[in-house]
Formats: sequence, C-alpha cells, structure tokens
Amino acid sequence: MFVFIARRIFQMIPVLLGVTLVVFLIMQMVPGDPAVLLAGESASDEQVQQIRSQLGLDEPVVTQYFTYVKNVAQGDLGTSIRTNRPVIDEILTRLPITIELAFWSILVTIVLGLLAGIISATKQYSFSDISLMVVALLGVSLPNFWLGLMLILYFSVKIQIFPVSGWGTFMHVILPALTLGTGGAAIVARMTRSSMLEVIRQDYIRTAKAKGVKERIIVYKHALKNALIPVITVVGLQFGALLGGTVLTETVFAINGIGRLIIDAIRMRDMPVVQGTILVVSIIFVLVNMIVDISYRFLNKRIDLN
Amino acid sequence: MNKQDQDVLVVKNLKTHFFTEDKVTKAVDGVDFKVKRGETLGIVGESGCGKSMTSLSIMRLVPSPPGKIVDGEILFKGENLLDKSEEEMRKVRGNEISMIFQEPMTSLNPVYTVGEQIAEAIRIHQNAGKKEAWNKAVDMLKLVGMPSPEKRAKQEPHELSGGMRQRVMIAIALACNPELLIADEPTTALDVTIQAQILDLLKKLQNELGTAIVMITHDLGVVAETCDKVAVMYAGKVVEYTDVDSLFENPKHPYTEGLLNSIPKLDEDVEELQAIRGSVPSPSDLPKGCLFAPRCPYARELCHQSLPDLTEMDGEIKVRCWMHTEEWKREDTPITNDKDQTDSDKGVTLYAAGNS
Ligand SMILES: Nc1ncnc2c1ncn2[C@@H]1O[C@H](COP(=O)(O)OP(=O)(O)OP(=O)(O)O)[C@@H](O)[C@H]1O
Ligand code: SF4
Ligand SMILES: [Mg+2]
Repeated sequence: MFVFIARRIFQMIPVLLGVTLVVFLIMQMVPGDPAVLLAGESASDEQVQQIRSQLGLDEPVVTQYFTYVKNVAQGDLGTSIRTNRPVIDEILTRLPITIELAFWSILVTIVLGLLAGIISATKQYSFSDISLMVVALLGVSLPNFWLGLMLILYFSVKIQIFPVSGWGTFMHVILPALTLGTGGAAIVARMTRSSMLEVIRQDYIRTAKAKGVKERIIVYKHALKNALIPVITVVGLQFGALLGGTVLTETVFAINGIGRLIIDAIRMRDMPVVQGTILVVSIIFVLVNMIVDISYRFLNKRIDLN
Repeated sequence: MNKQDQDVLVVKNLKTHFFTEDKVTKAVDGVDFKVKRGETLGIVGESGCGKSMTSLSIMRLVPSPPGKIVDGEILFKGENLLDKSEEEMRKVRGNEISMIFQEPMTSLNPVYTVGEQIAEAIRIHQNAGKKEAWNKAVDMLKLVGMPSPEKRAKQEPHELSGGMRQRVMIAIALACNPELLIADEPTTALDVTIQAQILDLLKKLQNELGTAIVMITHDLGVVAETCDKVAVMYAGKVVEYTDVDSLFENPKHPYTEGLLNSIPKLDEDVEELQAIRGSVPSPSDLPKGCLFAPRCPYARELCHQSLPDLTEMDGEIKVRCWMHTEEWKREDTPITNDKDQTDSDKGVTLYAAGNS
C-alpha cells in the first residue's frame, strides 16, 4: 500500500510538467502581445521593447519555458498586469472560497447522489425509483447556470430565504452548492443505482441473507461497500466537471473565487493571472485524481496494480 | 421419544413456481421428504430439476418476484416455516438452519475479512460482543481445519483458494450450531481431492455436532459416501424416496435405474455407459401424464394418460411410478416407447450424474 502511494506521487511529476507545458504553449498561441497590453495603447515602441526584455519575452521560447518552470517551482507565478500584485497572492486569497464552494458542492453530489441511488435500487420500479430517476435525468441535462438562475429567482427573489449573491455565511453557500452539485448528484445517483442492482444479485448477498442478516444491514453494509467501488471513480470525474462549473456558478452568484478570477483575467487579458490560475486548478485536479485512485485501490484490494 | 420428535424437517407437498410474463415455471411441484435428527438426506436429480429451489424454499429465500411458494408445508421441529414472519425467519436462518452453496468463489463478500463474516453470524444470533465473536470465529476456522486460523481470519476471501473458502462457508454455517445444514452441491466446484476433504469434514462435524444434513448433489458417488436417505427428484417432483442401500441395490423407479446405469464403473468402458435417452422436460411445459414417460423404457398408455402418486411401498420407501401399483397389473397395453427406441438412442443427452 505504501509503495503504491509513493509510486502514485512519483508518477505525478511528469503529469505536472506536462500541465505546465500545455499551459505555457496555450499562452504562447493566444493572439495579442502581452507587452503591448501592459504598456498600453499609447506607449511608444521603445517602451514596449523595454517591457518585453524586462519580462524576458525576447528570449527564445525554450528558454522562456524553462524560466517559467523554474519560477513556478519556486512558487512564483508572475505578476498580475492589472493589479501589479504577485499572481500567487491573487490566487491564494480566492482559492479558499472556491475550495469551500467545491467542498459543499461535492458533498451535495455525494450525499444526494448516494441516497437517491440507494433508494432507487432497493425499491426498483417503485414510484420513488421512477420519479428519482426522472429527476436525475433532468439533473444531468440541465445546464447549471440556468439552474442557478432559477434557484435565485425562486429562493432569493420570490420567497427570499437565501441571499441573492455574495459570500461569507452558510446561507450564502447553499444555493451555489446546490447549483454546482446537482449535476454530479444526478450522475452519481444513476451510477449508484445500477451498481447496487448489480451487487444485490451477487451470491454473497444470498449468503448474508442465509446468515439471518437484516435487510437494512445487507443494503448498507454488505451491498453498499461493494457498490461504491465504481461510484468512487465517477465522483472523481465529477470533481473535474465541478471545477469547470465554478467558473459559471461563481459568476452567476457573484462569488469572488478562482472561477471569477479566471473570467476577469481573460476579459482584461491579464495573461500571467490566467496562466497561473489554470495551472493551480490543473494541479488540484491531478491531486484529486490521485486521491481518488488511492481510495479506489484501498476499497478494492482485489485489483492487481502491476 | 416419539417418531414426530425425531423429524427435524418434514417437507410436505412443497410447490414453488416462477411467474414470468407469459408462463408459469413449476420449478418445485410436489416435493415430500423427511430428515431425522443427525441424519443425512440426499437430494439427487439432473440439472434444473428443482434441487436448489427446494433448498431455497426451506430457507424462504426464493428470489421473489418471480418465484413464489404456492403450496405445501415445511415443518421444522414441528413448526411450519411458511407461517413465520420475515422477522422470525431471520432468527432461524444461520442459527437453526444454515446453508452452504455451490459457488465458494463468489459466496463470500469480497470486501470483508473471512473472520468478520463468520463473526457476524455469531453476533447476530448469540448476542456476543465483538471480541467474543471474533474469538469464536477463529475457533470455528480451527474446527473446519483451516491452517493458521488466527492469520487466516484476518484475510479477505480473494486471498484464499476455493477449498479454503468452502471451509469458511462451512464455518459460517456451523458457527451457531444449527440443527439442520443444507449443503447445495458443496463440492461440485472443487477439484476431486478437495471434494473428498470437504465431504470428510462435513461427515466429521456432523458426528461431533449432531447436525442433520440435506445434501444436494447430482453425484451419486457423493450420495453413496454421505447419505442415509435419498430423495430422487425429476422435473420438480420427488419420484423416489428411499434409503441409500435400497437405492443402489434395488432401485424402484425407472429414472433411478437410469441414473445408476449412467455411473461410469471402473471396470467398464466409458462408451458402454447407458445414458438416459431424451432430455428433461422444461418445467414450464410438462407432459400431462408421468413426467418421465417420454423417456421411460417401460412406459405404457396409462403412464401417458395420468400422473402416478408418490406411494408408500415397503417400510419408508416411496415411489411415484405406475409399475408398482395395482393398476399396472390390470393394464396390458403394449409399451409405447418401444418403437422409437433405436433412433432416439442416438443424440442422447449424457446423464448429469457423475459427469460434472
Ligand atoms: N429466477 C428464475 N426465474 C424463472 N425460473 C427459474 C428461476 N430460477 C430457477 N428457475 C427455474 O427453476 C428450475 C429449477 O432450478 P434449480 O436451480 O432448483 O435447479 P437445480 O436442480 O438446482 O439444478 P442445478 O443442478 O443446475 O443446480 C429451473 O429449471 C428453472 O427453469
Ligand atoms: S409411471 Fe410409467 S412412465 Fe412413469 S416411470 Fe413408471 S413406468 Fe415409467
Ligand atoms: Mg442448483
């Protein structure tokens, strides 16, 4: 187990290098000269040239990349063109907000998804099963910004129990977390249902019944742990989708997180910020994937890893 | 002690049918037998004749829907299990009646240690604490002959071989010292040497603990080795109920006779094996007379017309065949199956007994 975790961490290094390369290349390909942007429309050619050499933009691309990787490794993601503050600071002030949002959203995904999936599976073809699965189908197909707007319209504007936008209290968290989490919950519910139905047919469930185990314990102890194994992978994938979703959700609810930072930076062509944020989000994604992998392995020791 | 007290299990006219969209499958359709304290009853018959469904019916674990016990009585120590609530049945399962299954590879939960799985049965039925149950589980592993039981108890099923898993299943089944153990082809999935070990183990434990056993098998060798009484099943019905000596020496039912002829003997060429010609009728499409009539070498018109009852012969032997009745003597129509015997002899289905 320890060897496996160590190897998994080691394997992350090339992945992260790849991420920096992709981010770097994308930025290279984006049209528009950052030096011109920084200097402003009215700047003279000399001024632009000066900024360019200051930023190292006149070096060969390969040198630029290595400098970039070196800086990143030291935690230096450059300076925001807009605010002149280090990009890393910009990110670190907003990251906790997004992490909090992501945490509550994934909780919504897991709790709603598992509950709905289990109920559906144990009452196959019942009224609750069919209605839950219809709702889940809607949940998968609704765009989350639309869901966010509808939630705001109803709960904030019409019956006014939640704040329209902003961040800070638990009441602020609920609507955005629902917006962001339900799509995933729907997918997790469908996966849990089919996985549970598969597991309930297994011989070892019959053995548990023959031992005199109570129905409820069969479902939550004997079946669920087995059924969760494939669900974990789905939750991991949902986390990726969820990171993407923060961009829209934070915009809809006016939350100052990473998602909005990216949007604002793109609008302002604040390339160092865009680059830095994408990099940080990618690293989070890779880390989460690793955690999912390790827990998958932990739950399913029968998988041969070699 | 009177005769009633000695019968741990009495099954009377049990019928378990499956109701699917367009048809009714009579998987078990009139099964009668008795098991005495400490005795082993064998249930034999070809694949699909309803052996597993009979045993699942006793446990009240028939998959439902589509399965349903539609008739009969299952008297366990005099009480009809079919009258019990689900709650009451849970107290019987794993405690007073246990079951082991054909598939040791898939019958254990892959995500829990085998120790936990044995201990669970003990905790449910004996009000034991965690520690106590665990220790008892280790004892059970020792009892079923598991080498280094403390270590094995902490392992998960995938770390054990098929034979060892079946030992674990036996440990689970016997953990609460049940009065009745139902073993549904406990050795079919194992290789020959392991088969013998498991059968020996079951016999040894039966002697020590006094458990009655219902041994389901399609291997007459297993019957000869382990059973006292035998119920021969055909297409959901018991066709002969007898003791093991009479079964081999003096089979009464033509089907039993066919089964015995299909066992390979060491001094015979395999090619001379007599398989029973034809194949088992589908339980959803049964002939109207004797179910064996289309395959029976002695069948007469009477057999095709109406179904014989399971009738008592001498002692406790019961047979479901016209041949042993008064009607047979009066009847003198010729044997109806004679003419097509030669051509249908080709393409026989080789008999299930002893070949899997
Ligand atoms: N879920 C089901 N739905 C419909 N019919 C079923 C179902 N399960 C079993 N049956 C029917 O019940 C009959 C008896 O099955 P059973 O499993 O008891 O046979 P068996 O004697 O144990 O055979 P084997 O030696 O192969 O284990 C089968 O022929 C099948 O048609
Ligand atoms: S009743 Fe007739 S057909 Fe059936 S087994 Fe007896 S002799 Fe054969
Ligand atoms: Mg069977």
